[in-house]
Amino acid sequence: MIAYIIRRILIMIPTLIAISIISFIIIQLPPGDFLTTYVSQLSASGETVDQAELEALKERFGLDEPLYKQYLKWAMNFLQGDFGHSFEWNKPVSELIGERLSLTVIISICTILFTWAISLPIGIYSAVRQYSWMDYFLTVIGFIGLATPNFLFALVMLWVSYAYLGLSIGGLFSPEYAEAPWSFAKVFDLFKHLWIPVVIVGTSHTAKFIRIIRGNLLDELRKPYVTTARAKGLSETHLILKYPVRVAINPLVSTIGWTLPELVSGIAITAVVLNLPTTGPLLLSALLSQDMQLAGTFIMLLSSLTVVGTLLSDILLAWVDPRIRFGAREGL
Amino acid sequence: MPPLLEVDDLQVHFFIDEGTVRAVDGVSFSLEQGKTLGIVGESGSGKSVIGQAILRIVPSPGQIVNGRILLQVDEKENLQQQTLDLVTIDPRGALARSIRGSDISMIFQEPMNSFSPVHTVGSQIMEALLIHSDVSKAEARNQAIEMLHRVGIPQPENRIDAYPHQLSGGMRQRAMIAMALVCRPRVLIADEPTTALDVTVQAQILALLKELQEEFGMAIIFISHNLGVISDISDDVLVVYFGRVMEQAPVKDIFDYPLHPYTQALLRSVPGIDTPVRTELATIEGTLPDPLAYIVGCPFYGRCTECGGDSVCRDQPYELTKVSPEHFVACPRMCIKL
Ligand SMILES: Nc1ncnc2c1ncn2[C@@H]1O[C@H](COP(=O)(O)OP(=O)(O)O)[C@@H](O)[C@H]1O
Ligand SMILES: [Mg+2]
Repeated sequence: MIAYIIRRILIMIPTLIAISIISFIIIQLPPGDFLTTYVSQLSASGETVDQAELEALKERFGLDEPLYKQYLKWAMNFLQGDFGHSFEWNKPVSELIGERLSLTVIISICTILFTWAISLPIGIYSAVRQYSWMDYFLTVIGFIGLATPNFLFALVMLWVSYAYLGLSIGGLFSPEYAEAPWSFAKVFDLFKHLWIPVVIVGTSHTAKFIRIIRGNLLDELRKPYVTTARAKGLSETHLILKYPVRVAINPLVSTIGWTLPELVSGIAITAVVLNLPTTGPLLLSALLSQDMQLAGTFIMLLSSLTVVGTLLSDILLAWVDPRIRFGAREGL
Repeated sequence: MPPLLEVDDLQVHFFIDEGTVRAVDGVSFSLEQGKTLGIVGESGSGKSVIGQAILRIVPSPGQIVNGRILLQVDEKENLQQQTLDLVTIDPRGALARSIRGSDISMIFQEPMNSFSPVHTVGSQIMEALLIHSDVSKAEARNQAIEMLHRVGIPQPENRIDAYPHQLSGGMRQRAMIAMALVCRPRVLIADEPTTALDVTVQAQILALLKELQEEFGMAIIFISHNLGVISDISDDVLVVYFGRVMEQAPVKDIFDYPLHPYTQALLRSVPGIDTPVRTELATIEGTLPDPLAYIVGCPFYGRCTECGGDSVCRDQPYELTKVSPEHFVACPRMCIKL
């Protein structure tokens, strides 16, 4: 197991290097270097450019040096937590994204928990009571959830809560907490707002998970080992939860990794509609205004998150499934 | 003294959208303590469903629609009578569960898929003990190791923590037997336990079962489509076809005086020790009738080479007839002659 984890971590390194090169190329893509963009922006708005500041920036990013050296410098800075400078906001990138990134991660994790908490019992119920009217009912609800685009769902939620409940549900904080320092009350306020994006982003995933769990479990319920467990004298509920459910959710465990990027992009659109202080809207505006250091950092961080997520779910899968842990092939 | 297990006119039907499958249609037999009953028949004859009915685990949409399954039970709490009709008890209730795996247990054809792939063999064996007796975990583990040792698994104290895929097919079937016998059942139902194994391993498993039967004294219902395997282990043989008993007799009579043409056809398809290697074995022409059909007469009618399409065989209602004290047959031609 330890050897497996180490091997997986080693494989991760070249992947991360490749991602960093791509992110760097994206930063370099706009014509000229970003200082020329900055200068032209400043002069367009009629401000004068401080020559000394320009020199300092040139020095900092090594703009006079060959490209590969610039890359190395950028990568080294990145490793030390210096993500560069946003010219759009005229602030260090790290300062801009710190809180937004954590909020995005919080929403993503809550969404995954929400998805599992809802879809697991419903999926199990639908499989065990296949073709009951409740199964049909849940299936219909599930397909509606699957077919509704997040942004539409968000708009509907906004409208319903505003028109009928008199609530404004945009954002993640009430106005009095938005700029306040972190406190218990602020965390509580966050959770009061959090469920809305979580429900919106989580619904389609939940619907998909229900279908997968139901399908997998139906396959597993027919397997001989379920009969064996029954013949042993286990009670029906106990044996279903202990054996087929355990096997049926294994493939889903491995999806946690790649649901992360899906969630992040799903949240981006919802976040624009709901006006959430997450990474999505910031990334969008960074791309629109060619604020490349900010955009590149985002791409780098989100991709790393995905790689780490994949690693985590691989480890999780090996942990729950001995056939993977011991490198077995099925049907031996 | 009544027999340990007595099945009387058992009927199990599956009610599917297309109609009714009469998977078991009036099967009777009795089983004495320490004896082995072989049930033989082609695939689809209803052999497995008989086993499922005795354990009360017939899957839906199957139902026991008629018959009795009488088991002699030891004194259990709040249970007065000595004879329990398993058909009348709630299959999901505590009583049925206390019998399953403890008084009657079962082993299956597929030693790979009959274990959960994600739990260790040992934990699945210990589970049976933990359900049926109040032993501690450590004690259950010791007994499981003991049992693994007994069924001939080398290094049982290591193998107990192995996962099913880490054992060979033969070892897995041994572990399966250990799991079935760990609670010392009085009846073991073995549903094609050697079918998926190659011939040498098959012989080892049969020898092991006989040995364990001698030691523990349990009765065995041995299900197989192979009369050769049945002859090796059984005292009595039940030849089933299309959910019905075609012939029932002590194993010697089945081999020396097979009466039903179906039994004779099955016998011709078994390789004997002296059969030359390249002899072509006889196969039975044709296939089983449509499972949804309701057949009044002999279900073997149409495939039978003996009767040659005699309409008596088609129309004479099915009936199992006694030809000698222990030999029964359901062949209309023969029964009319008698
Ligand atoms: N779960 C089920 N649903 C519908 N029909 C079934 C089911 N299980 C068994 N049967 C039917 O019962 C008959 C006997 O099956 P089975 O006992 O498995 O045969 P055998 O074990 O002799 O090969 C077959 O015709 C089969 O189609
Ligand atoms: Mg069978």
